Amino acid sequence: MSILVFIEHKAGTLNKTSLEAIAAAQKLGTDMGAKVSAVVLGASSLANEIGAYDVEKVISAENDKLADYTPDAYADALEKVIRATNPSYVFMSHTYLARDFAPKVAARFQKGLIGDCIRMNVDGGKATFTRRIFLGKLDADVVAEGEPPTFVTFQSGAFRGDQAAKGSGAPVESMNVEVGEVRMKPEAPFQEAKQAVDLSKADIIVAVGRGIKSKDNLALAEKLAEALGGDLAASRPICDAEWLPIDRQIGSSGQTVAPKLYVAVGISGAIQHLVGMKNSQTIVAINKDPEAPIFDIADYGIVGDLFEAVPVLIEEIKKLKS
Amino acid sequence: MKILVLMKQVANKDAVLRINKDSTWIEEADLSFEVNESDGYALEEALRIREKVGSGEVVVVSMGPARAKSVIKDALARGADRAIHVLGDNVVHLSPFAAAAVLAEAIRDENADLVMTGLQSDDYGYAQTGVILAEILGLPHATIVIEVDASGEQLRVKRELESGWYQWYTMPRPALLTIQSGISQIRYATLKGIMAAKKKEIKEVSPNAEIAGQTSHQRIEKIYLPQKSKQTQFLGGGDAKKGAVELAEKLRTEARVI
Repeated sequence: MSILVFIEHKAGTLNKTSLEAIAAAQKLGTDMGAKVSAVVLGASSLANEIGAYDVEKVISAENDKLADYTPDAYADALEKVIRATNPSYVFMSHTYLARDFAPKVAARFQKGLIGDCIRMNVDGGKATFTRRIFLGKLDADVVAEGEPPTFVTFQSGAFRGDQAAKGSGAPVESMNVEVGEVRMKPEAPFQEAKQAVDLSKADIIVAVGRGIKSKDNLALAEKLAEALGGDLAASRPICDAEWLPIDRQIGSSGQTVAPKLYVAVGISGAIQHLVGMKNSQTIVAINKDPEAPIFDIADYGIVGDLFEAVPVLIEEIKKLKS
Repeated sequence: MKILVLMKQVANKDAVLRINKDSTWIEEADLSFEVNESDGYALEEALRIREKVGSGEVVVVSMGPARAKSVIKDALARGADRAIHVLGDNVVHLSPFAAAAVLAEAIRDENADLVMTGLQSDDYGYAQTGVILAEILGLPHATIVIEVDASGEQLRVKRELESGWYQWYTMPRPALLTIQSGISQIRYATLKGIMAAKKKEIKEVSPNAEIAGQTSHQRIEKIYLPQKSKQTQFLGGGDAKKGAVELAEKLRTEARVI
């Protein structure tokens, strides 16, 4: 029995969340007595680096068409490696890249992914994976059924990359893989006009979500930010509605922050938002829904109408500061 | 240009979810439903492409029980030309592969130029049905798309990467795209649109029983409220103003941020 870990990179530079996938595989490997291998597509020098981790071997899959990421080329290459090595599990980190091509690979084995898992438990030789459903409102324990391989992706932070064990130098095995026609042509990745606001350096952030209801009401959140001496930020729907510019967006597609104080006003706390702020030192949530996922990670919570709470909060802060 | 838009009906975002007796899903009685958010954006983008091209057809495809009709009717009122309803009581619980396989059977003969859907559903959150469907139909695909240029011979799409990065891809048609929320502002249905929708065709098809009946590769053992990672101090006991007064004090004495 073996576990294959997909290692992601951008032009040869490791995506560090792949180390989390190695840590997950090592845990399952220990619990089930399975061997762990890693696979790198189109970056042989990175394959050598990964050899430093405690894995049985690193497969360096090679083909000229793997120079730039495309779902067609990656799916062909990974499929070939899986067919050649017959792993019971294929582990990867749930990145945008994995989301783009991993389901395509799984489909070639007549299945999908157990995707975006936040936990893994192994009991009596049976692995259970936990994933968030309903935008984080509920958790689901999921088991794999049917023939291997089982494809599993883990949410960033589910395992700690610095706990991926190093080894005594794993051998690197080169594998020339066949890649068929690549139909999509990628252009160079780019960033939009340089971000005007760097929220990652802010000590205090007041972030607003859907609960703020209208653009006019943003002034209230702005006053709170001002009273606290912090910066204003938002969840995705607010930036989608263009009530605030996208450089104020916190979450997987925006900025990742860890301020001393994060005040979430009218934010329910979808996973995509939580990954961008969950490491904040103190988290405050004000929301009318007591079941909102944001309360799972909040230190202080007010269940109620933000339009009642925030004006009072502003006055109280001003009093305490004067 | 013929564009197929896959839209799913999901529980309303603000709905209070109750777990069923077996802890395998939520109680659906008395629940309010709405269109999956990113699917709504996929429809808007399809309508805009049809308008820009100046001709063509937008066909809504929804898989679900009878209640999914409300999503279909709403899409027709917004401007879709006709609809296909893959009608079944349990189809919403299909695995991503089975769901994609059933959808593939239902739409294959449409020979669409473009298939569009949201990047993930807000219930199961699998985020893979679209990609698997593309693989089954043999189409190239792009996920997490935030801009589409369908004016040329080839399709050019802008994809969102992580941490504020983007990338353009060019690919031949037909193709499948999964659309990110917020790609554009969604139009409302007009009264005229609502009236016109009543005359539009909704074709009902049954899911392919053989495919839908295959064993799933993943099974939910139980669902439950998330374990809290932090002990939250709830302030005010339901009185928001009182909570605010207590919070200011806590921020000063405990969190020491004031």
